[in-house]
Amino acid sequence: MRRYFGRKLLIYGLTFFVAVTINWLIPRFMPGDPVQSLIARANIAQPEVVEAMRVRYEGLFGFDMPIWQQYFNFWGALLDGDLGVSIWLFPTPVADVITRAVPYTLGLLIPAILLSWVAGNRFGAFAARRKWLDNTALPIGYVLTATPYMWLAILLAWALGIIAGIFPVAGAYSYAMQPGWSWEFIGSLLQHWFLPFASLFLVAFGGWAIGMRNMIIYELEADYVNYLRALGAPGRLIRRYAFRNAILPQITGLALQLGVLVAGALVTEIVFSYPGLGNLILQAIQNQDFFLLQGTFLFIVMGVLIANFVIDIVYVLVDPRTRAGMGGAS
Amino acid sequence: MSLTVTDLRVYYRTLRGDVKALDGVTFTVADGEIMGLAGESGSGKSTLGKSLIRLDGRMRHVGGTVELDGDELPIGDDARMDAFRFHRVSVIPQYSMSALNPTRKIGKMVAELMASRGVRLEPAELERRLDLVGLSREVLDRYPMELSGGMKQRVVMVISTLLNPSLLIADEVTSALDVSSQKAVAGTLLQLRDAGLVTSMIVVTHDISLVYQIADTIMVMYAGRLAEKAPAGVLVTEPRHPYTKMLISALPEVGVRYEEDSRLSGIPGSPPPLLDPPGGCRFRDRCPIAFDRCAEQPPFVEIGPGHSVACWKAGE
Repeated sequence: MRRYFGRKLLIYGLTFFVAVTINWLIPRFMPGDPVQSLIARANIAQPEVVEAMRVRYEGLFGFDMPIWQQYFNFWGALLDGDLGVSIWLFPTPVADVITRAVPYTLGLLIPAILLSWVAGNRFGAFAARRKWLDNTALPIGYVLTATPYMWLAILLAWALGIIAGIFPVAGAYSYAMQPGWSWEFIGSLLQHWFLPFASLFLVAFGGWAIGMRNMIIYELEADYVNYLRALGAPGRLIRRYAFRNAILPQITGLALQLGVLVAGALVTEIVFSYPGLGNLILQAIQNQDFFLLQGTFLFIVMGVLIANFVIDIVYVLVDPRTRAGMGGAS
Repeated sequence: MSLTVTDLRVYYRTLRGDVKALDGVTFTVADGEIMGLAGESGSGKSTLGKSLIRLDGRMRHVGGTVELDGDELPIGDDARMDAFRFHRVSVIPQYSMSALNPTRKIGKMVAELMASRGVRLEPAELERRLDLVGLSREVLDRYPMELSGGMKQRVVMVISTLLNPSLLIADEVTSALDVSSQKAVAGTLLQLRDAGLVTSMIVVTHDISLVYQIADTIMVMYAGRLAEKAPAGVLVTEPRHPYTKMLISALPEVGVRYEEDSRLSGIPGSPPPLLDPPGGCRFRDRCPIAFDRCAEQPPFVEIGPGHSVACWKAGE
């Protein structure tokens, strides 16, 4: 058990290192000069002032150092918990900018991932038992799961927001309101939350439902099911066993899908101008904000790795075969 | 009479028509009898075994009746058959190695299965039966993957016979095992009958030499029909049906040296297609003693005590 988790942790550590390095590299490959745009914002004409500002900013962001030193400084600062200063929202620290956006992204992602997984699996298992439901649910599931997140998001915004006028299509709450803990504000939050949530939920739901339906049909053909049937066991017991076994690959699937879901959430946020991490990434790219981009990616990488680790643990709990594999079968 | 099967017909549905895998089979199995059911692959022996407990999706009950201890088994009606399964008829499947749910501990699975059938299980009784087949009680606390193939097979034997069925069908139970395990499994089957846990038994196999050691009677099938049924000793020493004779002569004997030029004889040819079988005796194309009358199906008639043969020349 300890060796298993030790090995897993090592792999996760290595992945983290590589991912963070790539995150550091990517913004630096972007064309353009962030300091230049920062100076341009100040609208100053005198060359000597511009030069002074350039020196000051480059010193502040560390761009005057050789690239390898910038890299080591980055790791040093990261281990201190310092993500740098945002260029776009200068001089707000990146950590603050991200902290403000994270609740919105998590508020979208966690319910969308968990609810779509639970509901999709239940529905898929249910559909596998009924011919007419299977024949109607399956094509719908395929259409849903093949839909790109942002396209469904645009469709939903158009149909339910613009045509029907039921839901607002931009922002996380009404622009006329001040954030607070009033019922009115929470209502507005939920109203704005619904469409981005629904677009994430529906796409993921279709995928899980199809996966589960196929797994259940496969399990119901398994030898242990035939044996139980030959002993006259009621359908309820057989379906419970089949579900329990069919859910195992779905758990692995969840681990694999997490990254895709996170990416989907980012695009969806942009469609709905939802002030989460996705929006931050868009702003960071548009403003050549290296530090904000790095910080946001770092957060996403950490989120996906932690979620995968949790799934690893869950898998060990639900599948006895992994447990035996760890200790060497006795 | 424990089991009476009368003119049983079970066909497989295919796109090209019905495959007549079981085409009019009539026989009885007495209380306490262990009947070996032998035949080559495609002879219908497994279809017969399955028909008595659960038809799979492609099988269709076309005609004939099965009576167990005076009650007719509704073999064509999956839902009504449930009442008989496990309680009165039980099975040790061919796939014992994978017959247990991999994600449940064996003890828990047994408890859930019994509860689902509304039976109260005495833990002491379960333990007694584990002792009988030589399994330690710890297996109940194990997952199937933690057991060896032979252990899984014995667990399945215990589970299948927990409710003391009148009829147990053992379907190719020894096929996947090495010879020493085969002998142990055969011994266990005998024990189950002798301990009174099972009234009678049908042991489906292609291995006559193995079933000969435990069976009271042996029934040989060919191409969906019965060829011969006789007490085990009689069938092996004095077979009357030409197919049985050739089958027995194809078996090697211990202690007999075969000269290099007298190799064991096989049976030339292959069984007829069952999709559209020829009329008359189905063995006649391969039969060395076939004559004109074989174009007519010979009846399965008793020619001696407990000895029935379907051959026009059996009486000669």
